[in-house]
Amino acid sequence: MKASFRNLLFVVLVGAAIVLAPHFVYPGFLMKAFCLALFACAFNLLLGYAGVMSFGHAAFFGTGAYAFAFVAKSHQLEPLTAVAVGTITAALLGLAFGLVAIKRHGIGFAMVTLALSQLVFFLALQPPLNQYTQGEDGVQDIPRGMLLGVLDLQDTLTTYYVIAAIVVIAILAIRRIVQSPFGEVLLAIRENEQRATSLGYHTQRYKLIAFVLSAAFSGLAGALKALAFQFAVLADLSWHASGEVVLTSLLGGLGTLAGPIFGGLLLTGIESYSVEINLPAQMVIGIIFVLCVVLFRRGIYGEWIHRRQARLLLEEEGRRSPTSQSPPCQHGGAG
Amino acid sequence: MKRTFAAIGVSMLASVAAAQSAAPFTIGIITDMSGTYSAITGKGSIEAAKMAIDDFGGKVLNRPVDIITADHQNKSDIAGAVARKWLEEGTVQALAEGTNSATTAAALAAAKAKNRVMLVTSAGSPIFTNEQCSDSGVHFGYDTNAVARTIVGPLVKQGKDTWYFVTADYAGGHALQSSIVPLVEKMKGKVVGSVLHPFQATDFSSYLLQAQASKAKVIVAANAGKDTINTMKQAAEFQVGQDGKQAMATSLLFLSDIKAMGLPIAQKLYAATPFYWDMNEATRTFARRFQQRTGFAPEMTHAASYSGVLHYLKAVQASGSVDARAVTQKMKELPVNDFWNSNVRVRADGRVLHNFYLVQVKTPAESKSQFDLLKVLSEVPGGDAFPSIAEGKCAAAKDGK
Repeated sequence: MKASFRNLLFVVLVGAAIVLAPHFVYPGFLMKAFCLALFACAFNLLLGYAGVMSFGHAAFFGTGAYAFAFVAKSHQLEPLTAVAVGTITAALLGLAFGLVAIKRHGIGFAMVTLALSQLVFFLALQPPLNQYTQGEDGVQDIPRGMLLGVLDLQDTLTTYYVIAAIVVIAILAIRRIVQSPFGEVLLAIRENEQRATSLGYHTQRYKLIAFVLSAAFSGLAGALKALAFQFAVLADLSWHASGEVVLTSLLGGLGTLAGPIFGGLLLTGIESYSVEINLPAQMVIGIIFVLCVVLFRRGIYGEWIHRRQARLLLEEEGRRSPTSQSPPCQHGGAG
Repeated sequence: MKRTFAAIGVSMLASVAAAQSAAPFTIGIITDMSGTYSAITGKGSIEAAKMAIDDFGGKVLNRPVDIITADHQNKSDIAGAVARKWLEEGTVQALAEGTNSATTAAALAAAKAKNRVMLVTSAGSPIFTNEQCSDSGVHFGYDTNAVARTIVGPLVKQGKDTWYFVTADYAGGHALQSSIVPLVEKMKGKVVGSVLHPFQATDFSSYLLQAQASKAKVIVAANAGKDTINTMKQAAEFQVGQDGKQAMATSLLFLSDIKAMGLPIAQKLYAATPFYWDMNEATRTFARRFQQRTGFAPEMTHAASYSGVLHYLKAVQASGSVDARAVTQKMKELPVNDFWNSNVRVRADGRVLHNFYLVQVKTPAESKSQFDLLKVLSEVPGGDAFPSIAEGKCAAAKDGK
């Protein structure tokens, strides 16, 4: 009972925070933070749960944004449908990448995905595709349109709530995936792939599905960002963006559900805050990252969760009571 | 008692009124303070804008003029979000700079949405006075159309009538080449060949040797930034363009690029610019003031920042408005006059018709001081440097608005 009450309290608090936040913080920054958080969660689904390191996730994020931009601008598609198109395009690209890369392990996999994502970057930059991507100018002035034909997204606050809702649903979906039997198999693969194979699991197929899912959610994040800012630019496809999402996940805490969200909020916060005070943001983020690696390797949230679990375990042993409670929004320890 | 209250009331009202009239008139500069473009924009543009405000007298519409700045870290989303935030909160009355074309476009979109002016002073893309032209955007300084026209005309007239292109294989490189080729052909010149190199390549030797073998009189490095620097370094190694028969040219060149290459490598390179600090007494005086503040010589983008802010303030004063349409209309009516421009016109599409100059990098022997880097060879008047409105893609200006 106590646990469910705490869960309820947590949900209410988070809901209230999402609803009230735009009245205190500029919604543009919040939308960006949400998109980055979702992107990091999608990445974490792959690295944190399946133990597969991709260094080319910007390809999916950027493709989602460009596909959204193309159908929303050239074909005036309804925004939700356009977001779906962005997501599906990214998923298909993920399938193509996955089929090429999935047999590789570790650093090999990371390098293949990096190479493929660079390929996508240069395709977007060069003719003939640049007539759709507008090269280094980027696709600008994407109309936000009417959501489902009824809700006018011209108003930034409305767009904020729509994006917040989609991001929350997507993160809940990711939570559902990692807590399902499928997620358990992914964890087993992460811990010991040979053993998972010996238990009869077709590990490559599982990894491929995880990769495609991760690509789809990354594309969704990219499409939402394009919806929020009304442009799709090359920076979203560049390897910097691939690096940033790794950083975000590591900073928050790999293999935890809330970690990447926390990382996304933190990184966007630093970036936005340093804009107007002219602090070199990249340097600040770099220093934080070094501190993180030296002091708390599980990430900021990951470390907290880890210590909390250790404490709970101790208390439990003291009381010798078998009921354990895990916080509502995390799963497993850090890998 | 009543009188005291009344007096207090009046004085409070007066102070409120005074506070309101003294509320600063703020221009928001969105630029790159720490990244790739910080040398050609960043701090220099901010100082140039401050100099313009000082020269204007520091006040417009009885309000002190102020500047706030943001470092967009070369990310469009940051540029766009900051611009929108400032404009929605009413913090700024106008935007300036933008740096590269993607970040500029993001900030300009916000200015359009909020009906305020954006002074585009460093992006090289002509889209801001073509496809994306509007009441909000006024483009000061260079664009790729103007530099292409400035290089071709004077060089072909000198008899350098065969051209070869070493082009960066991305949209910008292709656009540059396709804007130069018809100009060369129109002047009865001949393009003898071209080769594409990958964006941010490291090895240019085979491209340069092909260019050398083509015997073309002009080899154009149709690329920018690091690519141009690497092209030139390797051209110097192979002595391409140093024999007096072939010449190297590039589209646009910043003083900081020349500094990065060094004169022995960059010497004799042709380029185009609307501004060089050592053109006349007025520009030298400006450069001295600028250098005292920053420690380096002004680039064309810094001069554009000065010009833009000064002309904007004049137009605000004259029109008594901050509304985009009213101000830009006034900016188009008034000729641009400052230390650099005399009676330069702002066209209906938002293009400021600066005069352009064909320049050549000095040899180490010719250079007398740290920033003595360029020779000005010939001048192309603003009307000829830019394609006409009829040739352009600005629908609003074509309609003769």
